[in-house]
Amino acid sequence: MTKPKVAFYWCASCGGCEEAVVDLGEVVLDVVEAVDIVFWPVALDFKTADVEALADGELAASFINGAIRTSEQREMAELLRRKSGAVVAFGACAWLGGIPGLANLSSRESILDFVYHGAPSVQDGDGAVPQEEVEVPEGRLRLPHFDETVRTLDQVIDVDYYLPGCPPPASLIAQAVMALVEGKLPEKGSVLAPDVALCAECPRAATKPEDLKVERFHRPYEIVADPETCLLAQGLVCLGPATRSGCGAVCVAANMPCTGCMGPTSRVIDHGAKALSAIASLMETREEDEIAVLAEQIVDPVGTFYRYSLPASLLHRRVEPAHAREEVPS
Amino acid sequence: MSTEILIDPITRLEGHGRIHIFVNDEGAVDHAYLQIPELRGFEKFAQGRRAEDMPQITSRICGVCPMAHHMAGTKTLDDLFHVDPPVAAKKIREMVYDAFMVEDHALHFFYLGGPDFVVGPTAPKAERNILGVIGKVGLEIGKEVIGVRKQLRDLISEAAGKVIHPVFGLPGGISQPISPELRDRFVAGAAHAVEFGKFALQVFRDVVLSNAEYVDLVTSEAYTHRTYYMGLVDQQNRTNFYDGRLRVVDPEGKEFLAFDAKEYLDHVVEHVEPWSYIKFSYLKDVGWNGFTDGPDSGVFAVAPLARLNASDGMSTPVAQEACEELFSTLGGRPVHHTLATHWARIVELVNAAERMGELAADPDIVSPEVRTIPTATPTEGIGVVEAPRGTLIHHYQTDERGLITQANLIVATQNNAARIALSVDKAAKALVHGPEVDEGLLNEVEMAFRAYDPCFGCATHSLPGQMPLIVEIRDLEGGLVREIRRD
Amino acid sequence: MSEVLREPAGSVGTTATPEPFEPRIVAFFCNWCTYTAADLAGISRMQYAPNVRVIRLMCSGRLDPQFVVAALREGADGVLIGGCHPGDCHYQEGNYNALRRFELLKLMLRDFGIEDERVRLEWISASEGDRVQKVCNEMTEQVRALGPLRLTTPQRVHAPRADIEAELVGQEAR
Ligand code: SF4
Ligand code: SF4
Ligand code: SF4
Ligand code: FES
Repeated sequence: MTKPKVAFYWCASCGGCEEAVVDLGEVVLDVVEAVDIVFWPVALDFKTADVEALADGELAASFINGAIRTSEQREMAELLRRKSGAVVAFGACAWLGGIPGLANLSSRESILDFVYHGAPSVQDGDGAVPQEEVEVPEGRLRLPHFDETVRTLDQVIDVDYYLPGCPPPASLIAQAVMALVEGKLPEKGSVLAPDVALCAECPRAATKPEDLKVERFHRPYEIVADPETCLLAQGLVCLGPATRSGCGAVCVAANMPCTGCMGPTSRVIDHGAKALSAIASLMETREEDEIAVLAEQIVDPVGTFYRYSLPASLLHRRVEPAHAREEVPS
Repeated sequence: MSTEILIDPITRLEGHGRIHIFVNDEGAVDHAYLQIPELRGFEKFAQGRRAEDMPQITSRICGVCPMAHHMAGTKTLDDLFHVDPPVAAKKIREMVYDAFMVEDHALHFFYLGGPDFVVGPTAPKAERNILGVIGKVGLEIGKEVIGVRKQLRDLISEAAGKVIHPVFGLPGGISQPISPELRDRFVAGAAHAVEFGKFALQVFRDVVLSNAEYVDLVTSEAYTHRTYYMGLVDQQNRTNFYDGRLRVVDPEGKEFLAFDAKEYLDHVVEHVEPWSYIKFSYLKDVGWNGFTDGPDSGVFAVAPLARLNASDGMSTPVAQEACEELFSTLGGRPVHHTLATHWARIVELVNAAERMGELAADPDIVSPEVRTIPTATPTEGIGVVEAPRGTLIHHYQTDERGLITQANLIVATQNNAARIALSVDKAAKALVHGPEVDEGLLNEVEMAFRAYDPCFGCATHSLPGQMPLIVEIRDLEGGLVREIRRD
Repeated sequence: MSEVLREPAGSVGTTATPEPFEPRIVAFFCNWCTYTAADLAGISRMQYAPNVRVIRLMCSGRLDPQFVVAALREGADGVLIGGCHPGDCHYQEGNYNALRRFELLKLMLRDFGIEDERVRLEWISASEGDRVQKVCNEMTEQVRALGPLRLTTPQRVHAPRADIEAELVGQEAR
């Protein structure tokens, strides 16, 4: 039997998803040996032309990590789409936008302005800002253009499967590759992880009361969390109830609340709104003013609930208030 | 007719850095520009986030060195919340950090930069990788590299929650203590790492130092710049990765500055060029004099060789011996040869392994007291660590609720950026004569910056650097003259 | 819901001679109180702004914050939520849960740059037809003053959870 050909590729990625694959290779070599990796820029010297030379659909699967911010990333994603039987969005960034997707809270201009003018270590005086095209004494230099927002992979190409996590846990990567090799892939659109909330696999679940109510939300530095008790029951905003399982609750095991990197379960389309709902419902009080006080204790709702999923959210990005907004063609 | 040569990563789809070389009518290089084509804006979208989330948010700048950002962020939170962590917390952080330094340096030496030397800079590209290393020095080393990295990365996962994107850092300490059982495994891991480090030093001696051709290459003028050097040192001016004062030596090797990270803005400032998204750090005390070396240029270097130059020695015995050997072989402090960075990296690997062992054996390390709860209102904090790739500074300001109002990050590769630009320009000028370049050029120009292990991802808070190359040679009208792809 | 919003309530496009902005308001009303009150307002000829499209929920506690963001994404310029007065919810805790979610959601929408005035929660009992009229009219004017909410949200190329979205946006519309 010929080994299925697979490609790994990274778009706007931190490299952690790539490291996760390297780590996997060190742990489960048989999984890596079951496939023929034909394209993996981080580790192997294959070229774009090699991918172009493949027949359409010749790759059994492409695993693409990172979100999309430039036209080049989009073109590469489109090319891999054509060449691949299946495309797997690998990791939180490719599936949901990831932490770098929080950039959708700022405009491109405000980022440039802060980095090259506002930052305290930038020396005043020369006032230079990188330009897409610039004349230097010897000639002309160009820099690429960046899209206004960070997009998820499935906002750019058709995606067949999603591997959740930041980065995805080794066991899930191994399972996904084996499913591919054995041709036992689930229904298109599936997220390749258990479809239950993290609390189901959390060792502290037994200490989570049935009718959990929270009198006060604490920030992680404010209390020393008991290492056995459910963190949410201790008033820490743990996103376990609104997050998919499959990671082994590793953050909770280290006595830190889950921040939601595994994304939502399949019945949820907007992770942040759902997580907000799950946490808000736990407030003990029924009094309006007291509810407002508890709500204020969640000091950064968007960064808390949409930590990994802002680009995939229904709202996608911050909007400028109407009065400050330019007319934009729809 | 004048020409342009563009060395662009094959993966230019994401832009990890490209080199643009202008060749004049006489065929000489006018200038070689190293461009970094992306920016992600972490400092901007940090605004409004909870300060305590910064160690986890900034670790996503780079999945190759997430611990460096996580730790710099955590130390910044101590300062921001005006809180002093318990002794055990500091020691655990440092021990875990040292474990990370070892595994990261091992990755670089054996997978990324080291193969240039172990296999040989003129060997075919297909052999200049970990497999080539194995071919040259035996299969055992391959297993060793994989084994030691796995052992250390598992230890880091347990202590820090996750190895890729740790979660244990909090203002005033860490989220969990170390059990005696885990401590024992850290002791064993450190012992293994020290042996591994000695072995790596021996590989370097056998393969590189015994070969006059390599030594000539290391010491050749094309790869030499007389700049300032910066690194963290302890109270005895010995190298430390986790904490200390920042010390700068001048191109003669004399102490030029020693300061607390909190004063960084008085000494380290950034220059912006319109042709790159990276910012170039330089010493404010000297000033920006363009891309040039010498005592009148504020250009400085960080990372392993710079750290050795900036210290008076190493804090542990085996590393100290190795450090002395390095300096005596290469003509005393400071060493200006960029390629000696590879050697310095394994000296540091040994140092980190030994230090990890010292800390693991310290009785404090299993104390359950790992948190001090902050009580003061957060205001402003600055923290520093030595990332594998050099000095890394985080600086946050918050409102009284501890929400970030301003974040500034000075990362390792940015500190090296001006010197890297110098290296690329100098190497191109020395090696390129007219548009008739060949593949050999590619590797030799690339070696000028691979030694730094630059992470352009960190540098622009965008993407990590990977350097498969394409060279396009164009005339000034933009027509393609020749294209060379490196296999 | 997308059906509801697709019938133009007025032009929001940019034409050569821009027509006045007519806000679109999506209202989620509890079946037992506010929805009945809205009916009453209709029967009693208490006219309220035609900009308000009412969606019936069995209880305000059924209000998932996802509905609110889905409405805004689908083109609503404002969202109104109506439930039973405190203590009167048929399911005991429903309206308190609505309030808890609403308070936190309001803070979060602020971070998205969406003004507080675009989302409003009111307790309106079955007999308060006049209050429905008043609140709907106020809300319309308030949102009119703010101007249109222009979201630029990319669609997924392939929406793998189309069935769920249909469920989410397919709340019974009036
Ligand atoms: S999902 Fe996480 S590990 Fe993967 S690229 Fe994104 S930030 Fe990095
Ligand atoms: S809320 Fe968090 S700590 Fe509690 S059971 Fe769920 S995952 Fe575990
Ligand atoms: S506990 Fe939560 S944040 Fe941590 S790895 Fe699991 S899903 Fe991700
Ligand atoms: S029944 Fe009306 S709000 Fe619950």
